[in-house]
Amino acid sequence: MPMLELQGIHTYYGHVQALKGVDVTVEQGEIVTLIGANGAGKSTLLMTICGNPRATRGKIMFEGQDITRAPISTIVRQGVQQVPEGRRIFSRMTVLENLQMGATLGDPAHYKSDLDRMFGMFSILEKRQTQRAGTLSGGEQQMLAICRALMSRPRLLMLDEPSLGLAPLIVKQIFKTIQDLNRENGTTILLVEQNAFHALKVAHRAYVLQNGEIRLQGSGQELLSNPEVRALYLEGGHHAP
Amino acid sequence: MTQGAMGMAARPAIDYAALLKDAALAAFVVFFLAFPLIGLQTYDQGGALAVRGRWDLLAYAVIIGFVGRFLFQLAMLFKPVKSTKEPSDASLARQRQIGMIIRYALLGIALTMPFLPFSDRSWLDRGINVLIYVMLGWGLNIVVGLAGLLDLGYVAFYAVGAYSYALLSLNFGLNFWVCLPLAGLFAALFGVLLGAPTLRLRGDYLAIVTLGFGEIIRVVLLNWGSLSGGPNGIASIPRMDFFGLFPFGNREGAFHTVFGIEYERTHQIIFTYFVILALALMTNWMVNRLRKLPLGRAWEALREDEIACKSLGMNPTNTKLSAFAIGAMLGGFAGSFFAAKQGFINPESFTFMESATILAIVVLGGMGSQMGVVFAAIFLVLLPEVTRDFEQSRMLLFGAAMILIMVWRPKGVISHREPTLRLNPVKGA
Repeated sequence: MPMLELQGIHTYYGHVQALKGVDVTVEQGEIVTLIGANGAGKSTLLMTICGNPRATRGKIMFEGQDITRAPISTIVRQGVQQVPEGRRIFSRMTVLENLQMGATLGDPAHYKSDLDRMFGMFSILEKRQTQRAGTLSGGEQQMLAICRALMSRPRLLMLDEPSLGLAPLIVKQIFKTIQDLNRENGTTILLVEQNAFHALKVAHRAYVLQNGEIRLQGSGQELLSNPEVRALYLEGGHHAP
Repeated sequence: MTQGAMGMAARPAIDYAALLKDAALAAFVVFFLAFPLIGLQTYDQGGALAVRGRWDLLAYAVIIGFVGRFLFQLAMLFKPVKSTKEPSDASLARQRQIGMIIRYALLGIALTMPFLPFSDRSWLDRGINVLIYVMLGWGLNIVVGLAGLLDLGYVAFYAVGAYSYALLSLNFGLNFWVCLPLAGLFAALFGVLLGAPTLRLRGDYLAIVTLGFGEIIRVVLLNWGSLSGGPNGIASIPRMDFFGLFPFGNREGAFHTVFGIEYERTHQIIFTYFVILALALMTNWMVNRLRKLPLGRAWEALREDEIACKSLGMNPTNTKLSAFAIGAMLGGFAGSFFAAKQGFINPESFTFMESATILAIVVLGGMGSQMGVVFAAIFLVLLPEVTRDFEQSRMLLFGAAMILIMVWRPKGVISHREPTLRLNPVKGA
């Protein structure tokens, strides 16, 4: 049984159809990547899994349970957590307060050890714990956003464009973190990216989304060498060769 | 230090031509506004209305506009460049220390005020007024400052509290101390009643709905004559007694006979003063506690980013509702105190102007800042009193002062936000 299974998902924004019958599966322990151009429906797919907006047709199963219509808080409580696009940290609150907010639904008994784990992963956050989160650099903010999501100990972590607007060196670091999380903690990861090169390199499997439909799928390596993917998302793209 | 010095050194040469042009433009605007307002005066000429010019006054106004704008722009050029760096731990610790000293000094003044030699009845009344606004400001601060919900109808909850006490005490003979929690409860109930259907709205839309709600309450009170007495209001509301034990007044068994002291009319006022001081301090303590609880942090997180809150599994509607209800409850407390202190209430006391004043206190003081509210309340309540001699230009001075504060400190008098969580002690503090 796959961890997450999307069956024929249709999502609308008013009259505009953003997803047209998408099927995606994520197995336990995988890194799965969704790539696609602007407006292909990548973010919509992640948001639909979280229940905002709701799928108008289709079914979303998480660990064998139907979460298509479940309240957002229930979905989060089941272990699905999203790092939203553009980080969306609480900028006027301190780093520590941001992390505390991430633990809203978590077990209070884990709070201290989870916090130590986050600080172990990114020591810079420990140094800046009482600083306002808005004063962090872009990369630090992204790390904070990831840590905030991890505070609730999700089993499925969904990241929406974590490399957005970051310097190439920081992008590398973020992708390494994603791989480490997956390898060391066994966190299953669903990654949405414009930076197709990096994303496909870390992915076990990947999907290419086009105009709200799955165009291609395969292992990360397969798609990296696929001529169509190369032409559309890599050659003209912004990867570092 | 180095930042300031560099700012000085890098100051550009002053472009006087541009400054003069800017000042001339300001003078023109003044002329445009002042020509009908100041320049023309109507007077009675044998039963008919005639107009005459006051050209000298108009000229003064234009000159003041020109020179004032010129000096203001010049002053802005000399304003030191503000560093965007986070203040160091040491300077934060020093600031915190100064803050503590000011806080305790103000508390000391508030506690001893009734016994100071100059404080007569009128000063006590002013003190009570300031404290009512401080309490209302702190209550609204939960909604506007912490949860970030713009509430333009806060006075509605104040009114609910006031009428609750008035009606409960007159109709059921309940004591102030019994009515106080009940009034808070009713106000909180109204907060939930208003909040439940409207808190899906955001920003401007919520502001308009709350504005409407404030007016609805006032209009209902104005027209439901059989309940609220309509525009005549409710008179002879019982004053508060000594914790329900014995009353004040010049008779046997009252406060002064129990304590064996001479009867004095000010006893009751001094007691009233301490009641509102206690209520205000309770509010302050409550808000400070709430800020450090998960609920308070959730309010602030909601103000920062609602989508992120949702993605963390929070329920934004319930969180907002709790902020609304608690803010309303505090407004209700203040309202029932107001009714007990005045002994008379009517809808005139609960107009939109009151909501605006309370909101101005929160914004001027610095959103979310407790001390800022105190300064702003003192300023906004006492300034109209102090400027009573300039009856004609009072509102003008008031407006000018508010503009100056907002130019000087756009985020309010105190914009620093104290972290609610600390793991390790701050290094160097």
